[in-house]
Amino acid sequence: MRNQQATKLLFEMSRSGRRAHHLPALPTTAESATSLLPADQLADAPPPLPELAEGDVVRHFVNLSTLNMSVDTHFYPLGSCTMKYNPKRNERMASLPGLVDVHPLQSDRSIPGVLQMLYELQQMLGEIAGLPGVSLQPAAGAHGELTALFVAAAYFAERGETERTVVLTADSAHGTNPASAQIAGFSTRTVKSGANGLVDVEDLKSKLDDKTAVFMLTNPNTLGLFDSQVQEIADLVHSAGGLIYLDGANMNAILGITRPGDFGADLMHFNPHKTFSGPHGGGGPGAGPICVRDFLADYLPGPVVEKDGDEYRCVTPTKSIGRVRSFFGNVGVLARAYIYIRTYGKEGLRRVSEDALLGANYLLSKVRHILDVPHGDRCMHEFVASATRLRKEKHLSAMDLAKRLLDYGFHAPTVYFPLVVDEAVMVEPTETESKETLDAFAEALFRITEETGDTIELAPHSTVISRPDDVAAARKPILRWNSEES
Amino acid sequence: MSRDKSKLLYAETHEWVDISEDGGQKIATIGISGFAIEQLNDLVYMDLPEVGKQLGAGDEFGEVESVKAVSPLYSPVGGEVIDVHSDLPDNLDGLNDDPYDYGWIIKVKVDDDSALGSLMDHAAYQKQCSESG
Amino acid sequence: MNGYLFHTEDDRREMLRAIGATSIQEIIDVQVPAALQMKRPLDLPAAADEMSLERDLRRLSAGNASVSSHICFMGGGAYDHFIPAVVDEMASRGEYYTSYTPYQAEVSQGNLQVMFEYETLVSQITGLDVSNASLYDGGSAATEAVLMALSIVKKRSKVITSDAVHPEYRDILEAYLQNIDAELVVVPSGESGTSEALIDAIDDQTACVLVQHPNFYGRLEQVQQIADAAHAAGALVIQSFDPISVGLLKRPGDLGVDIAVAEGQCLGNPLQYGGPYLGIIACRKELMRRMPGRIAGQTTDRRGKRCWVLTLQTREQHIRREKATSNICSNQTLLALRATVYLSLLGPQGLKETAEHCVVKTNLARERFAASERFELVHAGPVFKEFLVRDRENDVEALLNHAQDQGVLAGVPLAPMDSQYSDCFLVAVTEKRTEAELDRLMEVIESASAARSNQLAQTL
Repeated sequence: MRNQQATKLLFEMSRSGRRAHHLPALPTTAESATSLLPADQLADAPPPLPELAEGDVVRHFVNLSTLNMSVDTHFYPLGSCTMKYNPKRNERMASLPGLVDVHPLQSDRSIPGVLQMLYELQQMLGEIAGLPGVSLQPAAGAHGELTALFVAAAYFAERGETERTVVLTADSAHGTNPASAQIAGFSTRTVKSGANGLVDVEDLKSKLDDKTAVFMLTNPNTLGLFDSQVQEIADLVHSAGGLIYLDGANMNAILGITRPGDFGADLMHFNPHKTFSGPHGGGGPGAGPICVRDFLADYLPGPVVEKDGDEYRCVTPTKSIGRVRSFFGNVGVLARAYIYIRTYGKEGLRRVSEDALLGANYLLSKVRHILDVPHGDRCMHEFVASATRLRKEKHLSAMDLAKRLLDYGFHAPTVYFPLVVDEAVMVEPTETESKETLDAFAEALFRITEETGDTIELAPHSTVISRPDDVAAARKPILRWNSEES
Repeated sequence: MSRDKSKLLYAETHEWVDISEDGGQKIATIGISGFAIEQLNDLVYMDLPEVGKQLGAGDEFGEVESVKAVSPLYSPVGGEVIDVHSDLPDNLDGLNDDPYDYGWIIKVKVDDDSALGSLMDHAAYQKQCSESG
Repeated sequence: MNGYLFHTEDDRREMLRAIGATSIQEIIDVQVPAALQMKRPLDLPAAADEMSLERDLRRLSAGNASVSSHICFMGGGAYDHFIPAVVDEMASRGEYYTSYTPYQAEVSQGNLQVMFEYETLVSQITGLDVSNASLYDGGSAATEAVLMALSIVKKRSKVITSDAVHPEYRDILEAYLQNIDAELVVVPSGESGTSEALIDAIDDQTACVLVQHPNFYGRLEQVQQIADAAHAAGALVIQSFDPISVGLLKRPGDLGVDIAVAEGQCLGNPLQYGGPYLGIIACRKELMRRMPGRIAGQTTDRRGKRCWVLTLQTREQHIRREKATSNICSNQTLLALRATVYLSLLGPQGLKETAEHCVVKTNLARERFAASERFELVHAGPVFKEFLVRDRENDVEALLNHAQDQGVLAGVPLAPMDSQYSDCFLVAVTEKRTEAELDRLMEVIESASAARSNQLAQTL
């Protein structure tokens, strides 16, 4: 039943002379394009794109789509990614012509509805964060991180504290933290986690000094633990003259329960594609709006939306760092976040996080009997198990577990992250899964641990491909179709 | 001519070094140990320096990559890079099979060998490997 | 309760029993110190059901002018090109838009193959060897290309660009470069364009030159000459190009460019007030290991079947952390999918004809402006799909507002972006525009003076 045509490449389907798209005739009296352009700028021929009929194109992409696992089709407990249900109403409402067909350089007066929505979203994110300054501009979480570090750099430069050149990152942090710090011109130092998976406060103290600019903290952290020392950490960093940046990757755990601004963060980013249900789009687009304390708001990139009486307008903050991308921001993603927040409203968002905690702790209570969970018997919205014992006793690695789960019809958890847990298996069920699904997942996990040999080592068996050769791919990279090579 | 790995010196970071003399000038040939290659598991790429590059003792001179890891290469001696095994990145299997002869990476005209004393001999290096493995 | 939650009261009781907790609050209390917990509900609007919320959103939407309600002549980096229905249909499949990064290649071959096809198509339209799987947008892609060049051309810190590069792209570059050891030189455009000034500015400290062709004013640069001069000085050349333009014009790779970047919005992506868009980047293969972002590559699986995986991952932040080529850890797969479908539908002939429509109709618009009393064309010489118009009455804002009220988005005012042209606006003409719409544009903006006189007469 699987359509074998699906994995042919567009370029292999091409037949000279086929076409799908037709334009109207040009006015016969008009000068031709080639006479209007200098001969030395003209190409001999257009690019060698594939030539296809419309039916070819549709069948190709529909068939290809069926080779993906997705939230619409499967349980997708990919830790740290918050693969929750992507509401269909978001898609329809965000595609209304007055939102989706607006040119980015239109005047403020021509788009009062767009600006009202964006202004209200700024207010909502500021409230959820407990940090009043909001920029919706960054295009992704990592982009938000970088933007916030630019803001911090501008703040210290304005204060003449140019010796603050060091960003501290946690060893359990996402790799984007040190990478963003480097691009923002800071050097990085790593703060260790203690045996309990939380920040080692003594290690932090030993690394704080008058060179410290920012401590980048993920809380709840990548182990799914809320760092209860966060107030003390914030006090230590602040008294050393530094700022606290909160990586908001795990905000799905704390909506309406606690706020970054209330536990000491000075800057943070949101991942609306995670927390606020914007779809992940196969890897993007996302967005990375940032929220900051009032004394940092003047440095935010512009434009931000202001309200003046009944009118909304775009303005650039007085000491703005400038801009980090073209135009306003990923408005399509932000619109979905707005629709999502309004759907749940003031009490609903807290229920989202409560159910995310309930689901994760329920699954933890089952998985603990199957895999070791090194850090604690409670978690926030996700937990990290370890396959170390399985690997030693049964030669079953985290990767094997991940691959075999695919045969059971589940997307794999995140594996081998965070780096502080050996053979890490990071599970985030989200609030939009039923108890039956969680039970079935735990059952599958248990059955896999009873399996041996080729069943495990050659898994997955039911997918269109199995265990691709990553080494060959990286050694002799083939990054495009080439007529000679096929 | 086959290099005797038991006569080489080894760095904690798994480089080996072979010191020879050419007209009174010390030349260091540098590679990485078979143990390191095994640990890295399927090398996919190497980044090498250019001939003429000046290295201080302990400087990073290149990188080896596997699919999901990157390891910097450090020079145990200071001096000028006078030769680079530029075919190596295209024949990583050769490096795998023969890390001590075919698998040499760079040659350095030594002007600072002060760090050589802190390197390990083969026995000491083997001990380090067995403890970490 | 509005929303998407699952658990019945029975479910909750059973789940809590399995956990060994009496309430969710108890699970929170053992982890989050009481002093840090919120004591009040969030100050947000009340929950809204689907029907009521859609009514609200329709009201918000209806208040905006858009390219659906108005005739659009706005450009400046984002364009009202036609989007075939197939593009929307394919991109609205949940298997695409509700999946994520292909960490498990076995269940992501759809997305991975799309990324590989996208990379191949980008190679084809750039004439360069290697593309990544996309970046955020055209503006940040230009900056990523500059950072890439700075990391390749070691010990040089000068970046040369011109004021005919999109002003917002230059703003991004400035924001990124001010925190690192790099010098940004922006040369002014002369009468005949900017190519000579760019060439003159290149010296032995120059790491790279960033040129936009066709440039921000729609004009053509001499990219080949710039590339020759840069290469002679040991510098790299980055071209920001218009993907539609290569239906007619030589591609960046044909012009000797090392790294090409583009805004891919024009390839089947809606305008949506600025994003999400599609950052295109491609380079010569010698530079590929310094390229930012994700890359899909071809390999075989354990049964020998051809397939696709993410590759060259050691460049990326999750492995190289502070030494990564970039901090980017996503790509715009959904928009890259749209571009892939779009280019498959157009094919070589469709892309060429689309480019021809832009050039021909832009010229028809230029003729109309040249014949008008109130306006003058700022630049002579060839343009691709937009051009700069000066309002002799220096009243651009009122003019454009008037046109908007008459159903025409007549152009992009330059005053907020480019002080040397504060009395000017950019007019863009895509293949979507008709001669009747060009006539309507002129009718509306030429009536602006009259409208103003009438208004004045009334107030007096």
